[in-house]
Amino acid sequence: MDTVLLSRIQFAVTAAFHFIFVPLTLGLSVLIAYMESKYLATGDKDYLRMTKFWGRLFIINFALGVVTGITLEFQFGMNWAEYSRYVGDIFGSPLAIEATVAFFLESTFLGVWIFGWNRISPKLHALSIWLVALATNISALWILIANGWMQHPVGYVINNARAEMVDFWSVVTNPYGLLKFAHTVLSGWVVAGFFVLGVSAYHLIRKNEIEFFKKSIKIGAVFALLSSILVAGVGDFHAKEVSHTQPTKLAAMESLWETKKDAPMYLLLIPDPANERNSVEALGIPSMLSILAGQKEIKGLKEFPPTERPPVTPTFLSFRLMVGLGFVFILLSLWVLVKFKTLENRRILLRLLLWSIPLPYIAAQLGWIVAEVGRQPWIVYGLLKTADAVSKAVEPSQVLSSLIVFTLFYGALGIIDIYLLAKYARKGPEPKEV
Amino acid sequence: MQFQIIWFILWGLLWAVYFALDGFDFGAGILYPFITKNELEKKAVIHAIGPLWNGNEVWLVTAGGATFAAFPTTYAYMFSYLYTPLLIILFALILRGVAIEFKAKAVTEMQKKLWDTGIFLGSLIPALLFGVAFGNIFMGLKFDASGYYGTLFSLLNPYGLIVGLLFLFTFIVHGGLWVSLRVPNNLADKAYSKAKNFWYLQAICAVLFLVLTAKYTNLYENFLKLPYWFAVPVFAVLCLLLTGFYLLKNKRGKAFIFSALFIICLVFSGIIGLYPNLIPSSIDPKYSFTIFNSSSSLYTLKVMTIVVIIFVPIVLFYQAWAYKTFMYKITEKELKEEGY
Repeated sequence: MDTVLLSRIQFAVTAAFHFIFVPLTLGLSVLIAYMESKYLATGDKDYLRMTKFWGRLFIINFALGVVTGITLEFQFGMNWAEYSRYVGDIFGSPLAIEATVAFFLESTFLGVWIFGWNRISPKLHALSIWLVALATNISALWILIANGWMQHPVGYVINNARAEMVDFWSVVTNPYGLLKFAHTVLSGWVVAGFFVLGVSAYHLIRKNEIEFFKKSIKIGAVFALLSSILVAGVGDFHAKEVSHTQPTKLAAMESLWETKKDAPMYLLLIPDPANERNSVEALGIPSMLSILAGQKEIKGLKEFPPTERPPVTPTFLSFRLMVGLGFVFILLSLWVLVKFKTLENRRILLRLLLWSIPLPYIAAQLGWIVAEVGRQPWIVYGLLKTADAVSKAVEPSQVLSSLIVFTLFYGALGIIDIYLLAKYARKGPEPKEV
Repeated sequence: MQFQIIWFILWGLLWAVYFALDGFDFGAGILYPFITKNELEKKAVIHAIGPLWNGNEVWLVTAGGATFAAFPTTYAYMFSYLYTPLLIILFALILRGVAIEFKAKAVTEMQKKLWDTGIFLGSLIPALLFGVAFGNIFMGLKFDASGYYGTLFSLLNPYGLIVGLLFLFTFIVHGGLWVSLRVPNNLADKAYSKAKNFWYLQAICAVLFLVLTAKYTNLYENFLKLPYWFAVPVFAVLCLLLTGFYLLKNKRGKAFIFSALFIICLVFSGIIGLYPNLIPSSIDPKYSFTIFNSSSSLYTLKVMTIVVIIFVPIVLFYQAWAYKTFMYKITEKELKEEGY
């Protein structure tokens, strides 16, 4: 294997692992901030116990999210030196801004929140977790502005054999980046909503702390429903943006080979990339694809030379599965709210909720596969190929060794973290003070 | 002043602040197994850095981000040339982070032992290797237009190791002092006496550093050209002596302040000597990455300067507030009650 492929696998492994922990942080921070404020407003001790119970799970999850983020920042230089040299004038800024504007705020106030229970006023304590929630989500904004630029480069000129920024404002307001930010953050909120639903369902099945977990589930379900609807809505706008800016990605997402006017959407479709066609196309909805993509004529993959097409099957399958899961999230959270009064007796629904905890995580990972595999063979769409972006000074053996160590090390840490999350989730909240 | 120079100073400042802050976390982590006898004492040391270490580490992330944004060519080649050592630092930092968090959740003796070792190694390795890396940057890396010729082992040369040890002992003293300010009395005295002993090793390494720098690097050239810059290393030496003085007098707060100032002056002494290089080439200076041949465009540097002018003071303000909030002596009663 060559340095390019190994470096790609390593980036995929480390980024996907990082993104197991990030989505929960994005959403759960907001929910905990809400719970603590609710406690301050009502004086209801249950909300304080909720803050502490969900807060403990938040901290266990956060630990791995934060340390694995640094890996990604280092890797741009370590493995993708040619990329970093080529785009650094633009891409480096949002990363540096993320650290300065958001990451400091997040880390400092999480420390204050964890250790400050008896040191600062209750209001300041609640403000700390709101600042953590705000900072985490702002952090995502800058990272996705950076990623958005890789997907749809704007505000640059090619000068000195690299991309140089000429318009910061258009980089920051790149619609691609902003839509992706909204879509990604909302997907994290769905993860957190279903995490709260699933863990609460576990306790409700066992008739444990019914009042406590019904209160939690109510917050989780409203949050999950709103986020699921919004993530789908934003996703629709995002797909329209993709159809304008990244026609090869859209064609791969839909496995569309021939350019079509009023393109239909097939509910059942099996791609056959070897023969540049689909082996099965059934249950078509007329014009649906054109409507969803917001364009009358959709370009097919055959419009582009084979060397400029992304891998079709993984892009297509990931997209389909993600969209399918998106509908499941809306229906499931709606179901919880409709049957809320008798929820503790609905064992099937509760079990479904418990088993659904991994689903939004999977949907988020699939979304990233669509975004990143669908952009191939480009690392910066239309500007720089992935194959030309890799470090020249790094040997394949170095990357292979680091990839093996990353896999083993991350694997062990992941198992321990999930074990601890499960342990403390099962344990439930501290008993009520008598 | 040119924007490249502003960013060069900022680059130095980010590293200086990073080492002055995370340095005491490293020191605390290194001393941790040697000064604690029981779980309560261990908890006290972790608590001493617990609320702050994460915010301190962000200075490293910012230093990395600033290198990327302001000097992308340097960022690209420095990180790919130093692939393996950076990877080791990275794994160590990850280990330290999770070990601090997971230690509190450990149940069995084996788990406790595992995370204790993680805290120790995760602090020791970066403390040493950051020094080795900077020592090698001061000397220059072996690269020309067609690539880099060094290996991990070529970095472990005498000068690199001396700078590594200087960093290591400096952080141990710094961390020992920090811990002595925060934990209950018995334990504080143990940390303090370690700091006092390690100060001698720190001083020996500092002298060796000053002498060997003349032999192995070109850092003194800038100072000889503009001798008034000697004020910075002279002040560094003064700070180191004052750290020792206040250590002997048992004035821990003052000793800690001068230890921090020493770290800042040490980093800036190196930075002044490097100018205008970010990574000199030891093969021929014409290949060196300088702040002028590896910087971002003027436009990007201006945008980033505005961002820094607005946000860094805000960061300093709330981090200072966080330090004020947690700069108190932890009591045993508090440690026993707390189950964070």
